[in-house]
Amino acid sequence: MSETPSKDAAPLLALVGNPNTGKTTLFNRLTGANARVGNYPGITVERTVGRMALGDGRHADLVDVPGTYSLAARSVEEQIAIDALIGRHGVPAPDLAIIIADASNLERNLYFALQVLELGRPAVIALNMIDAAAAAGVRIDVERLSATLGVPVVPVIATQPRTLDDLRAAVNEALASRPRATEWVWTPSPGLKADLEAIDEALDGAVPAGADPQLRQAVGLWALMSIDADDELTDAPADLRLRVLDRLQRASEAGRDIDGEAIAARYAWIDRHAADWITREEVPESWTEKVDRVLLNPVAGFAVFIGLMFLLFQALFAWSDPFITLIEDGFGWLAGWTTATLPEGLFTDFLVGALIGGVGNVLVFLPQILLLFLFIAIMEDSGYMARAAFLMDRIMNRIGLHGRAFVPMLSAYACAVPAIMATRTMERRRDRFLTMMVLPLTTCSARLPVYTLIIGAVIPASYVAGVFNVQSLTMVALYFFGIVMALLAAAVLGRTVLKGPRVPLLLELPPYRLPDPRSVTRLVLSRGRVFVSEAGTVILVCTAILWGLLTFPQTTPEIDALSAERTRIELEQGPGAPSIERLESQITSEQLRQSYAGRMGRAIEPVIEPLGYDWKIGVAIIGAFAAREVFVGTLGVVYSVGEVDEDNPGLRAAIREEKTALGKPRYTPLMGLSLLVFFALACQCMSTLAAVKRETRSYRWPLLMFVYMTALAWVAAFVVYQGGRLLGFA
Amino acid sequence: MTLADLAPAERAILESIGGDRPFRRRLMELGFVPGTAVELRKVAPLGDPLEFAVRGCKVSIRRREAAAVAVERTERRR
Ligand SMILES: Nc1nc2c(ncn2[C@@H]2O[C@H](COP(=O)(O)OP(=O)(O)O)[C@@H](O)[C@H]2O)c(=O)[nH]1
Repeated sequence: MSETPSKDAAPLLALVGNPNTGKTTLFNRLTGANARVGNYPGITVERTVGRMALGDGRHADLVDVPGTYSLAARSVEEQIAIDALIGRHGVPAPDLAIIIADASNLERNLYFALQVLELGRPAVIALNMIDAAAAAGVRIDVERLSATLGVPVVPVIATQPRTLDDLRAAVNEALASRPRATEWVWTPSPGLKADLEAIDEALDGAVPAGADPQLRQAVGLWALMSIDADDELTDAPADLRLRVLDRLQRASEAGRDIDGEAIAARYAWIDRHAADWITREEVPESWTEKVDRVLLNPVAGFAVFIGLMFLLFQALFAWSDPFITLIEDGFGWLAGWTTATLPEGLFTDFLVGALIGGVGNVLVFLPQILLLFLFIAIMEDSGYMARAAFLMDRIMNRIGLHGRAFVPMLSAYACAVPAIMATRTMERRRDRFLTMMVLPLTTCSARLPVYTLIIGAVIPASYVAGVFNVQSLTMVALYFFGIVMALLAAAVLGRTVLKGPRVPLLLELPPYRLPDPRSVTRLVLSRGRVFVSEAGTVILVCTAILWGLLTFPQTTPEIDALSAERTRIELEQGPGAPSIERLESQITSEQLRQSYAGRMGRAIEPVIEPLGYDWKIGVAIIGAFAAREVFVGTLGVVYSVGEVDEDNPGLRAAIREEKTALGKPRYTPLMGLSLLVFFALACQCMSTLAAVKRETRSYRWPLLMFVYMTALAWVAAFVVYQGGRLLGFA
Repeated sequence: MTLADLAPAERAILESIGGDRPFRRRLMELGFVPGTAVELRKVAPLGDPLEFAVRGCKVSIRRREAAAVAVERTERRR
C-alpha cells in the first residue's frame, strides 16, 4: 500500500510510546552510541535517529519519537507523533512502528497503543518494565495480549540488554510479515460515524497519498480530536478545519462529546479485556511508598531537598578542587615550557596567550560540570526529580510558572541553551516563552568559571562556625540569588508582557529506581563533551579574537614615544638602569590601552565605573558577551599582557595583585560582590539569545531578554557597590 | 462533590470531567473517564498537587483542576 523504500535502503522504524516508559533507555540500547540528531522539517524539535542491528547482519534506522500520552495534538510539536507514524509534512513514513508500553501502567499504555494500531500500519509492541511490574504484583499474559491485539508483543527490560534479542528478532520478522491491526477494536456511535463521514472529503491534504479507508478514518478522528478554535496547528487544511469546527459545534449543541466518546470507547474495550491479560496480586507496601513517606513529608521532605542542594554545591566547590588544581598546574607548566622553548615573538605570544590559556580556561571547569551532571543524572534516573517537582509545584505555580518549568529551570543550572530547548515540553506558548525568558537568570555552568575565579581571588577562605567555608557560602548565596531573581522576573513578566491563562499540571511520580550506571555515565559524558566542543570552541575562538583585539595595533605614537624614551635611557644609563623596568611595564600597559579592546573598554568605562570596574574589566565584560566564561579567558589575556613576571601565570594571583590608579587593590571583596551580582543577572551569552530567537522565531524576545537582563544587572551591581560604600565597606 | 474534596486513601467514582477541552481530553486519556474508580493517593506537603490512581496508573494534578472533576464517594480504604 505505501511507498516501499528502495531495496538497499535500510528499513525505517519509529519508536513511540508514553513518557517515562524507558523509551530513551530502549532507544540507546537498541542503537548503541551512534545516534544522529537532526530536526523535523520546519520546526525545532529534535529528530534522533540511530542504527539498530537486526540480529542477522542487517541494520534498520530507528527514530526516537518524542514520548506522548496521545496522538491528538494541539501544537505542531505534539503533531510530530502522528506525522512520524503515518509519514506527512515532510516526515518519512516508517516501515514499522515499535510501540513501547510500560507493563506496570499497562492500561494507560494500551490506550496509546490502540491509537497507533487504529492507523492500521505495521507495528510491534515492546512491553517494557516487566521487572518493575512483577515487583508491583502485576503479571501479564503476553501471548493472549498479542493474540487480542493482532500484533506481536515482546516482553523486555530495557535496562538489561540481553532481554532485547527477542525484540530484534521480532522486529526483523515483522519487517517481512508486516503485522497490523486490520480493524478498530471499537465501533463509533452513529453520531461519530456521521462526523467522520462529514469530514472525510476534506482529509486529502491531511492523509498521505494512497491511504486506505482505515487510515483515513483514523486521521479523521485525529482531526476531530485535535482541531479546535484555539489550537496551534499550522498544517491543517482550511477546509478540514472549517468542517471539524462545524461538527464540534453541532456535537456540543446535541449534547454530545466527541473526545469523550472515543476515549471512553477505547478504555471500555481495555477494561473489558484487562482481566484476560493482567493479574494483580496484593503486594506488601512497596519501598517506593515507604521512601515517599519520608521524602514527601512536609518537614523531612524539604530538609532532604535543601540538604541535597547544599551537598551538590559543596561537591562542586570542595570535592572538585583537587582536580581543578591539577589542571591549572598542568596548563601553567605547559605555558611556562612553551615560553621557555620557543623563540620570543608574536607566534609564541599567540600560542601561550590565546591557545594554551584558552584551552586551559575551558578544561579547568570540567570537573565541576561533570560532578553537576552526575547529580542531575542520578536525581533524574532515581525518580527523585519528579518528587522535587511535586514538592515545589505549589511554589512554582504561585510564581506563575508551569510545574514542568521546574525541569528546564533545573537544567538551566547547567546551561540555559538546552534548558531553553527543554521548554518545548510545555504545551502552551505562553508558558514556554515565560520560562525561556527567566531561565538565563538561573546560575548556569558558564557562570561557574566566573564565580569560581572571583570568589577564589577575593572572598576570604575562612570558616564560619568551624565547618562552613565562606567561599562555599557565597556560592550557595549566588545560586539562591539567581533563582529568586528568576522567580521575581517570572512574576513580573507573567503579569505584564506575558499575561495569559495558566496551564494545568500533569505529573507522574515514577517508582524509585537504582540509577542505571550506563545511562548516568552516558548523560554525564555527553554533557561534558557538549561543554568542551560547543562552549569550548566558542571560548577558544573568542579568546583568539580577543587576543588579537588586545594585541593590535602594536604601535601608536604614544607607544613609540615610550619606546624611544626607553632606548634613550638604555643608551645613557646602561641596560640595568632601574627606571627601565618601570618603563617596560608602562609600555605594556600603554599597548593594552591603545589596543582595539582597550579602546572599547575605555569607551564604556564611564558607564561601569559606578559599579567599581575599570576599563580592563570593561574589556573582559565586552568579551563575555560572546559567552560568560570568556570573561575568564579575557581577564587571563588582559592581565598576562600586563604581567611582567612570567613565572607567575596564575590568574587568581594576577587579580589579587591588580591595583587601582591610587595603588589600592582593584578587587576588594565589595567590588568582587558587585561583579558577581552583575554576572548573576547580565545576559552575557550569544548562544542563549540565539536559542531564544530560534525557539520564539522572532527577534523581539531575545531583544527583550537582553535589554531587561542587562538593565537589571547594572542596577543591582550599582546598588551593591554604592550601597556598600555608603555603609562603609570598601 | 469533586476530586479535590477527597481525603487521602478515599475512593470515588468519576461522574463528569470539567475544565477546558485540552485538559479534559488529556485527563480522560490518562484514564479518568466517567464511571471509573479513582483513589486519592498523596497530597503534596504544601497541599498541592494531588496524586490520584486510576486503574493502577498514577498521576498528579493540581487541586484547582481536580475541583472541576465531579465524583461520587464510595468507600474508605482500610
Ligand atoms: N526496572 C526497570 N527500569 C527501567 C526499565 N527501562 C527503563 N528503566 C528506567 O526507567 C527510567 C526512565 O527511563 P527513560 O529511558 O529515561 O524513560 P523515558 O522517559 O521513557 O525516555 C530510568 O531510570 C531507566 O533506567 C526496565 O525495563 N525496568
